[in-house]
Amino acid sequence: MHPAPSVIIFTSLSGLGFGLLTFLGFGMPSPTGFVAFVFFAVAYLLAVGGLLASTFHLGHPERALKAFSQWKTSWLSREAWLSVAALLVMAAYGAGLVFFGVAVGPLGWLGAVLSLATVFATSMIYGQLKTVPRWNTKLTPLLFLTLSLAGGGLLSGQISSALMLLVAAGIVQIAYWITGDRALAQSGTSLASATGLGDNGAVRAFEPPHTGTNYLLREFVHVVGRKHASKLRLISLILMIGTPVALLSIPFTHWIALVAVIAHVAGLFVSRWLFFAQAEHVVGLYYGKR
Amino acid sequence: MTELPTKTDRKLGLVIDLDTCVGCHACVISCKGWNTENYGAPLSDQNAYGANPSGTFLNRVHSYEVQPPEGAAQLVHFPKSCLHCEDAPCVTVCPTGASYKRVEDGIVLVNESDCIGCGLCAWACPYGARELDAAEGVMKKCTLCVDRIYNENLPEEDRQPACVRTCPAGARHFGDFADPESNVSVLTAERGGMDLMPEQGTKPVNKYLPPRPKDQIGEIDILAPLLKPVAENPKGFMAWLDKTLETL
Repeated sequence: MHPAPSVIIFTSLSGLGFGLLTFLGFGMPSPTGFVAFVFFAVAYLLAVGGLLASTFHLGHPERALKAFSQWKTSWLSREAWLSVAALLVMAAYGAGLVFFGVAVGPLGWLGAVLSLATVFATSMIYGQLKTVPRWNTKLTPLLFLTLSLAGGGLLSGQISSALMLLVAAGIVQIAYWITGDRALAQSGTSLASATGLGDNGAVRAFEPPHTGTNYLLREFVHVVGRKHASKLRLISLILMIGTPVALLSIPFTHWIALVAVIAHVAGLFVSRWLFFAQAEHVVGLYYGKR
Repeated sequence: MTELPTKTDRKLGLVIDLDTCVGCHACVISCKGWNTENYGAPLSDQNAYGANPSGTFLNRVHSYEVQPPEGAAQLVHFPKSCLHCEDAPCVTVCPTGASYKRVEDGIVLVNESDCIGCGLCAWACPYGARELDAAEGVMKKCTLCVDRIYNENLPEEDRQPACVRTCPAGARHFGDFADPESNVSVLTAERGGMDLMPEQGTKPVNKYLPPRPKDQIGEIDILAPLLKPVAENPKGFMAWLDKTLETL
């Protein structure tokens, strides 16, 4: 799949933002006044900034409101509803903390659950696609949720939770990579099944439909950069998991926490780039590519 | 609406005969010609006369080489357009309801004025049947020439998809798969019409007829004695020439 910057930024940042909102909603921490304002401002900048970035890859962003209509079948539509609901509920909860110094517990819990549900809906946009075997696994939502929570724990300064969640996210990430490398072969979809010609012999793509490229090849067949995948995986793990875990294990200062957050976000971008760049869409088979 | 109908009154679709298709791409051209000036936004081209041309097509013809364990390889031309699946994954993922499957005839269409161009339907389609038009920013796909097949302003013989009407080899057939007596149902039954990527669970309506086995070239050829090499052991001048050239 084409690793579009808008989608990488959207899923990474909104995941972090909703992760932070989840922690804030559960009252970990439960600041008031100006400190609460800063926490909520960071969470909203990330979550809303990410959602806005996602509109940049739309052909007609001015019609984006129509995306609320098909929540019965479409995960994209469900994500739209859940994100707005989470942001509204958490805005009410945050206003209580910032302006009145009051934490309305149940409102926070509801907001936290909605925030997590938003991340789940985002992950299911990808996880539902049978056409991309690497994504079509329960590990996709698990990966998005653990990474979102780990980032949220890190941003909210919940060191012991963050440590556990970072390690958990690292384990899920490695499991996702290992199973993902076998996913296309195990899906049963091949050039033989794509053409129905497998019974007659070995099928080889002889000539593409056009000499030039097309939308399908640009969008679904991204092979550039895959050759560095194993190096990038290591870089991603070191930045996203290893560095913050090491930094959180030494005595806490805000500067160390800042470095840990920057490393985590950088590693998260690499991981999310790989998530798209390494994903093979079965339509590539028709072109003799994967 | 993006909820799929549980049943459609008719199941209109195509039979594509891989045995007959000669790979002339006439269906590609007639499809682009008709659909760029009828239903919805035009099918744009980018850099059409430049170094790296690219454009939107609703129908593309691939070519595959099939090498059996023994004998000669076979070349199969393979036209591919929307298969108007019964369980169309492109429809259910659409967040706006722009994509829908018609209850009356099963045609999968895009209402372009509702399309936000998110591209998720193209991601969900295993066949590459949907292409986002780079100029219009909306999703384009085969309409089964919905503006021809019911069009009473056209002569009756033209009331079929442009690709079917134009195919010089008779490799494309249009009809109703819900009717077991229809031309397409009979062809599919007789020739073992198959689904593409059945494991994806899309239940495509369009069927592909597999290429027939090729004739085998026998051992005996009545002309064989006349086609023997002329001279394996040259004599006279040729023998001298052969020898001289060897020694050089």
